[in-house]
Amino acid sequence: MADKKISMREALRAALHEEMVRDDRVFVMGEEVGRWDGTHKVTRGFFEEFGERRVIDTPISEMAIAGSAVGAAMAGLRPVAELMTINFAFLALDAIVNHAAMQHYMFNGKMTVPVVFRAASGWGNQATASHSHTPEPIFAHFPGFYVACPSNAYDAKGMLKAAIRDENPVLFTESIALYPKPGSVPDDPDFLLPIGKSDYKRRGNDVTIVAYARGVDWALEAAGMLEKEGIQAEIVDLRWLRPLDLDLVFESFKKTNRCVIVEESLPHFNVGSEIAAQIQEHLFDYMDAPIKRVSALDVPLPFAKEIELMALPDAHKVVAAVKEVLK
Amino acid sequence: MAETIALPQLGFDMREGTLINWVKQVGDTIKSGDVLAEIEADKATIEIPSPADGVLLTTLVNAGDVVAVGAPIATIGAAGEGAGAKAAPAAAKAVAAVSVPAESAATIAPIAAPTNGTSTPPAQNGDLSDLPDGLRASPIARRIAEERGIDLHQVAGTGPNGRINKADVESFVPSSIAPAPVAATPITSSASRASMPAPSGPGIEEIPVSKLRARIATRMVESKTTVPHFYVTTEIDMAAALALRKQINEGLDEAHKVSVNDLVIKATALTLRNFPNLNSHYYGDKIIRYTQINIGIAVALDGGGLMNVVAKDADRTAISVLAARNKEMIASARVGKVKPADVEGSTFTVSNLGAYEVEHFIAIINPPEAGILAIGSAQQVPVVINGEVKIGTRMKVTISVDHRVSDGAEGAQFLQAFKKLLENPMRLLI
Repeated sequence: MADKKISMREALRAALHEEMVRDDRVFVMGEEVGRWDGTHKVTRGFFEEFGERRVIDTPISEMAIAGSAVGAAMAGLRPVAELMTINFAFLALDAIVNHAAMQHYMFNGKMTVPVVFRAASGWGNQATASHSHTPEPIFAHFPGFYVACPSNAYDAKGMLKAAIRDENPVLFTESIALYPKPGSVPDDPDFLLPIGKSDYKRRGNDVTIVAYARGVDWALEAAGMLEKEGIQAEIVDLRWLRPLDLDLVFESFKKTNRCVIVEESLPHFNVGSEIAAQIQEHLFDYMDAPIKRVSALDVPLPFAKEIELMALPDAHKVVAAVKEVLK
Repeated sequence: MAETIALPQLGFDMREGTLINWVKQVGDTIKSGDVLAEIEADKATIEIPSPADGVLLTTLVNAGDVVAVGAPIATIGAAGEGAGAKAAPAAAKAVAAVSVPAESAATIAPIAAPTNGTSTPPAQNGDLSDLPDGLRASPIARRIAEERGIDLHQVAGTGPNGRINKADVESFVPSSIAPAPVAATPITSSASRASMPAPSGPGIEEIPVSKLRARIATRMVESKTTVPHFYVTTEIDMAAALALRKQINEGLDEAHKVSVNDLVIKATALTLRNFPNLNSHYYGDKIIRYTQINIGIAVALDGGGLMNVVAKDADRTAISVLAARNKEMIASARVGKVKPADVEGSTFTVSNLGAYEVEHFIAIINPPEAGILAIGSAQQVPVVINGEVKIGTRMKVTISVDHRVSDGAEGAQFLQAFKKLLENPMRLLI
């Protein structure tokens, strides 16, 4: 057993591979996941290794993918359904929300729905307004359903393996920009990270930066810039939007009294809204400055590269927000 | 060379004023002493006199603008002259609060409290009346202040818009440890009540607190909560003084007629010559004594409230001149209009309710002054003289003294000397 430096893409692939080897109820399905190795190449080589019964190329219908995955899970299998991008998950909302998330409750616990929906998320390559969503907060809205948002290869592997082994339905989002990012990852086939546990990605005393997925990278980059000015940021990576673990956020905020929330999503009703609301509900007497959110601008994402980037968060915007709350 | 006119400090606690209107317009020829503008300060509408002859070249603020003391408001120069480089826009907010060091105590002019690090809160911006306790502070700053018993009104806020944050409270040194300039430490009135909802409904009339009322509230709370008062009372035989007054007034026209109050002011000033410790201001780590004796006269305003006008050099001014000046100042103060010179530089205050058939009262010190004298009515009372009851004229006076500056014996000695002077009033005329 050792740590290996691999990309997040490879870490996800390793997690899937290990779980398919460990449990033959686990199978993958989705558009181009078999013969084409997956659009994001996470299932590269799976078709040859596991065959078409466990690596299923589906029609281009997210409704069909999600619906049949939910049915398979209810019937006792452990499907990992790939939605090529999260933008297409809107087509499958009924299966995801009304079926995957609610069945366990509506049938009084008689069945579980241990499905994992993997969905690539995020913007960055001029995919324009309809193909650049990061709608994780929408999915985190519903009870009965977990939402994972890993920020690095190590977390991605431990979280995906835990998601596949869990009895609850999980939306596992994968930031497209993070796929090539390398990180040190254990090759222990039983390496798991607990579901619904946040993690400190940096310790500091001056300001709490709450982030998840790609936001963690911007937070870390910003923290490096802020350190040069003598500001020590503490970064809490939520890792899961549901179950939402605020223990570390609260612990950190009690110390720093100031907070910036960083995320890739749009500003209205986003994760920052929820965190800010929870902080003021629970820790009002610890607040020393207004809480600030760094997110995308409230616009349909433009096509032109320059204005696309202007509409999106980055480390400089995080630095500016931190300075604002430290005034 | 054009001269820049700055907003004068009209009283030691004034920090800003609101320009009501320009009495003179750009291009007008101005003589020194002409009223340039009217300013609404904390206590009253004040006329700003021109310090120079010339032409009003530029006005740098507009009606309704709030101007910091010391900020330039206009330039005056020769006709056709440019405004000159000295004229900075009012937006620069050049706050020139001049502190009075101990060695310059001989001249008083504009008195400003010395600033003292953290204990002088910078003004918080905007309307704070809607905020809890009338100040801008973060929740954790409020909690820490409550836990440690810190009055947030004493804490300087360094956050946006002067918000008091955690670091400000944690680094705060209470004024009982670090000497605080009393006059520069505003305490918002009834801080505790400000957070309670006022009753409303039928039979209740809601009166908004005027600027003057709020100012009085702040100053009096400050005085009663930070100045340890002690009080000494005596009774004075006023028969001779009243007889002298009658005699003086027989030969004088209406404008120069002398009131009992004028005699009291004169007697107070002359007595203070021998009690320099009481003719002083208290500044925490030092007591500033003044050789000039300027008596503040508390004047009840027609519209409610009160303010002090100042009888300058009252010990050195002839009684008839003193009386004429007092009459004029009091009359204009009553209607809420005063000249800057009339309200500046008080070193000791006299509050006289004698006109209201008051036997006796005690007054609250006007910080940073060391004392205040409260004058009751001169009343006819039975007195025992050589074993016989006769009708006498007696006036009770009470001095309130800041115990940090002086002690009971000095207060008593002051009253003894004051009484002796009024009972042998001829000296008031010398």
